[in-house]
Amino acid sequence: MKLSMMLLALLGMAIASLDAHARVVHEERSLYRNILVEDRGRERCLLFSERRRGGAYQTCIDRADPDRLVFSYVRMMFAGLLLAPAPERILLIGLGGGTMPRVLEALYPEAEQDLVEIDPAVVRVAKAFFDFQPTANMRIHERDGRVFVKRALLSEQKWDLILLDAFTDEYIPEHLLTQEFLEELKGLLSEDGVVVANTFANSRLYHHESATYRAAFPTVASLRESGSFNRILIGLDRPWPGQTTLETRARSLAPALARFGVDIDGYAGALQTEWTYDRKARVLTDRYAPANLLQGRSVLGPVQKE
Amino acid sequence: MRKAIIFLLAFSGGFTIMSVELLGGRILSPWFGSSVHVWGSIITVFMLALSFGYLLGGRLSLVSPSLSRFGLLFFAGAMLIGPLLLFGDDMMAWVFARIEDPRYGSLVASVLMFGLPTVLLGMISPYSVRLLISDTHHAGEVAGRLYFVSTLGSAIGTLGTSFYFVLWFAVDTILVALTVLLLICGSAALAVDRWHGEAEA
Repeated sequence: MKLSMMLLALLGMAIASLDAHARVVHEERSLYRNILVEDRGRERCLLFSERRRGGAYQTCIDRADPDRLVFSYVRMMFAGLLLAPAPERILLIGLGGGTMPRVLEALYPEAEQDLVEIDPAVVRVAKAFFDFQPTANMRIHERDGRVFVKRALLSEQKWDLILLDAFTDEYIPEHLLTQEFLEELKGLLSEDGVVVANTFANSRLYHHESATYRAAFPTVASLRESGSFNRILIGLDRPWPGQTTLETRARSLAPALARFGVDIDGYAGALQTEWTYDRKARVLTDRYAPANLLQGRSVLGPVQKE
Repeated sequence: MRKAIIFLLAFSGGFTIMSVELLGGRILSPWFGSSVHVWGSIITVFMLALSFGYLLGGRLSLVSPSLSRFGLLFFAGAMLIGPLLLFGDDMMAWVFARIEDPRYGSLVASVLMFGLPTVLLGMISPYSVRLLISDTHHAGEVAGRLYFVSTLGSAIGTLGTSFYFVLWFAVDTILVALTVLLLICGSAALAVDRWHGEAEA
């Protein structure tokens, strides 16, 4: 008991010293938010508000080892590959530091990537500070994710892998968390396509989000890791493949993903198509979407994103 | 009684205007996003519509002003919120298919959906002033009180909608409730006018 207390104290000091060494290398106010880039040791992080004002790290890279994915949620997003193992067309909504496109480019150099980011300043910062170098296979669209999706539906485009990473625990674009929006995403899926979303599991919103994904997709899976309040939701417009299929795919994906520390075998076992949530929670729709007000209603107490 | 009902109606008008304006952001976001330009479109259209409403309301008050006619403004306002409820999505889809730039898309959609009802609701204030003023000496005081009441209504409509109504109800439910509120206002104006007329006769 005493030992564990001491260890905790040591850990606390270590974290405090890390923070003390954090150095802001860039700061700007964009049309949508404040953007801060902070160096702490080897890591460089993106924030949308200052730490002392409750800002959370949106994304971090390890400058000494760019292959190391600092945040577990980024690694967890790759669980989507179990459902779409060889994506040819990838759509990402929410660029962040551009980590995911970089890794996907390394994994699938032939794949075409459409990267949608509402904030031109985030695209600039990703390029200037996070070593994000768009390749010829990447198209960057600086516009609202919902508007992009609606246009893409009109032109009948399809994607194999759709990644939704547009939420922070500070602000949720409410029109990107409704049944209608998810159904629009479903309409953009190719026959073997999958939607993978990074969401949060630390508030009342958890239940509404579960109900909303269930309402939009015939098959939904959830992936959580202990100690993290991030949750990955996976939506499919087809039946869930059997466990053996997932495990076979995990084995063939594992060698390429090992370099990035993605425990794909573990994810194959941890994906849940059934989980407990408040079944009476209302489905969020374009007509009822108080996501930020619900996110403010913590059921688990205030927490920090990783 | 007559005065009180006019103030109450002006309050409700202010309340409804800002409640609809706030819901406007939610209504447009699935088609045009929720960026600052969408709010720019909405606020521009509401300000423009209100300014024309003031002009028209003032003109209308020149011709035999009465509480009954005042009530009709509320009925007309309620009727014009109807299309927003029934055909809102069709209108936005139509605009979306024709205008690529979400700035102009949201501006045109705002004009189509919020323009007319807001012109009608804007007519309420100047018309109320006309009904309340009995002599020029008190004109400023009456106008001041009227602005106080209707702007207070706007403030409460804004707060109630953004803090609570959107958490409790769907957008359409709130719009229906606002329509009903306007219909009640209109009926109250007609009823009081009749009752007053009889009392005077």
